[in-house]
Amino acid sequence: MTELSKTGAAVGEPVKASSDAPTAFLEVRDLKVHFPTDDGLVKSVDGVSFKVEKGKTLAIVGESGSGKSVTSLAVMGLHKLGARGKNVQISGEIWLDGKELVSAAPDEVRRLRGREMAMIFQDPLSAMHPYYTIGHQIVEAYRVHHDVSKKVARTRAIEMLDRVGIPEPTKRVDNYPHEFSGGMRQRAMIAMALVNNPELLIADEPTTALDVTVQAQILDLIRDLQKEFGSAVVMITHDLGVVAEIADDVLVMYGGRCVERGPVADIFEQPQHPYTWGLLGSMPRIDRETSERLIPVKGQPPSLINVPSGCAFHPRCPYADIPKGDVTRTVRPELTQVGTGHFSACHLSPEDRTRIWTEEIAPKL
Amino acid sequence: MISYILRRTVAAVILLLVVTAVTFAIFFLLPRLAGQTADQLAQQYIGKSPTKADIEAVKQNLGLDQPVYVQYWDFIKGIVSGATYDLGPTTAQCNAPCFGYSFKTHVEVWPQLTSRIPVTLSLAAGAAVMWLLGGITAGVISALKPRSLADRTFMGIALAGVSLPMFFTGQLALFLFTFKWPIFGRDYVPFTENPSQWANTLFPAWCSLALLYSAIYARLTRSGMLETMSEDFIRTARAKGLRERNVVAKHGLRAALTPIITVFGMDLGLLLGGAVITEYTFSLHGIGEYAVQSIKDNDLPPILGVTLLAAFFVVLANFLVDLLYAAADPRVRLS
Repeated sequence: MTELSKTGAAVGEPVKASSDAPTAFLEVRDLKVHFPTDDGLVKSVDGVSFKVEKGKTLAIVGESGSGKSVTSLAVMGLHKLGARGKNVQISGEIWLDGKELVSAAPDEVRRLRGREMAMIFQDPLSAMHPYYTIGHQIVEAYRVHHDVSKKVARTRAIEMLDRVGIPEPTKRVDNYPHEFSGGMRQRAMIAMALVNNPELLIADEPTTALDVTVQAQILDLIRDLQKEFGSAVVMITHDLGVVAEIADDVLVMYGGRCVERGPVADIFEQPQHPYTWGLLGSMPRIDRETSERLIPVKGQPPSLINVPSGCAFHPRCPYADIPKGDVTRTVRPELTQVGTGHFSACHLSPEDRTRIWTEEIAPKL
Repeated sequence: MISYILRRTVAAVILLLVVTAVTFAIFFLLPRLAGQTADQLAQQYIGKSPTKADIEAVKQNLGLDQPVYVQYWDFIKGIVSGATYDLGPTTAQCNAPCFGYSFKTHVEVWPQLTSRIPVTLSLAAGAAVMWLLGGITAGVISALKPRSLADRTFMGIALAGVSLPMFFTGQLALFLFTFKWPIFGRDYVPFTENPSQWANTLFPAWCSLALLYSAIYARLTRSGMLETMSEDFIRTARAKGLRERNVVAKHGLRAALTPIITVFGMDLGLLLGGAVITEYTFSLHGIGEYAVQSIKDNDLPPILGVTLLAAFFVVLANFLVDLLYAAADPRVRLS
């Protein structure tokens, strides 16, 4: 294994599936999540690898359907549950604190869920049970993994509500989710996720459903709690503003694959993939003239059943014709190192990429 | 809360008044509009070969010569405070709630009703327990393993159960288990006299009725569970590390069953007003049988009594459903 980068996450060679002991706290190797459907095999995640160290934050970005949520649910082991879980095909390796989860017994993974790894969901209103009080739901989360009385768990729940900044927690603990505001609900959701001091926190678009003013508070809260508990955080988002705010490393997903990953500064200052350029170009900036139009990434997200041949991004890529021959249409690009801990899967030559970025893209941002 | 109950009670009373008025009009006013006279009505009450004097006496005693609205008023008054009928030499005291006397048998209606309520109640309650247990269990199993063999089997039985009429399944059960192999008793025994005999006799009726209803409840539960188990909060429950059976029972079932309360309340309320075919099939002397008999005889007072009682049960069931629903779903506020 290569040495850790200065940031500690998403480093090393593009890891191949192997049984070598992992070096990072969370290490995902060549993860594939496929869903057989009547229309064909949906390859939601098709070979994704990354690492996250404790105390670090990895942001997974990409448009809807790029596989970022599916990746996080796979880490939590949530795909295999329920009536639809039987058909899901998951391969690759997920190492959490030295334990491999893909091949682990379901009950073993269940024991880790909520205790060592916890998750915050996008819409806290639908993600909390409408018929149980906030307190009840936090108490339940605590008592799954701790053999304590309801009273002790309740004290713990109040303590957590207080910690995430809910006023009058002794009173609010008996409220129902619908009696909370959106921001408060997300705080309660965070309290519920962190009640067992998990070492890995996965946040699936935790601020998307919230007001802008509340978004910043929630991000601050997650960052503070991360410092306090020293947990590793995986932040799923399509908001590059959130990425800039909170991430140490970034993984850019497209069509179920990783197209670029690296330290957050590199991704923003010298991105090495046309799709990342597209994402940066479509992000509104306060320091830009309002008369300038945002540049959307043209075209539609790829079908996950018939993923485009070669580079999945080639039908939408303005530079697909630059590499000689039809290599972009026939050969799937591998992740190659382009900087310290910085990888990109693109057929463009490094010279072309540097030229296009510095001459065409960067000036317009 | 108390004001809510009060308002609901007032609304219920008004509703029941409307129900009686409509029933009264249908069975009293319409024949009169069609030309039936008070004399003919009195004749019907007396039966065979009445004398002129008899007719006059009955007309007076029962108030048949009064305008319809006065008769309706007397009827309502009788329910609230009882009535006294002057029968010439003697008077008949009909205690509240007085629904009058049957035209056919000249027996007071209310005691007839009260003697039949336990029968219908026994039938409905026993069947309800069975169909809730059976229907919900089948529905949950089907929902958790959709398209499995168990799912297909249960849904097949459900389809058969809802398609086969009571006079088929009931007769079959009766023939097989009461006559061919007499496992079960034939004659209804009140619960208070001999509970085991009571259950033993009613069992085939319960099964037949429950098969019909559990079919509906299995389908309701299945679709409700399928929908609930794909909700976000189920994913959250799993993400907490809960065991799957707790996820299903505490989070899934709880949410899926709440809407079923509504349907159940309505079904039970309707059944208490008389399960006609079942009562006839199993020779149970319940409310439904009484209702059909009275309609056949064009016997107004029992019809009014049964209608009012049935409406009362439906109203009561609805009220209880609302209370239960508010208790089950905290988002529902009673106001």
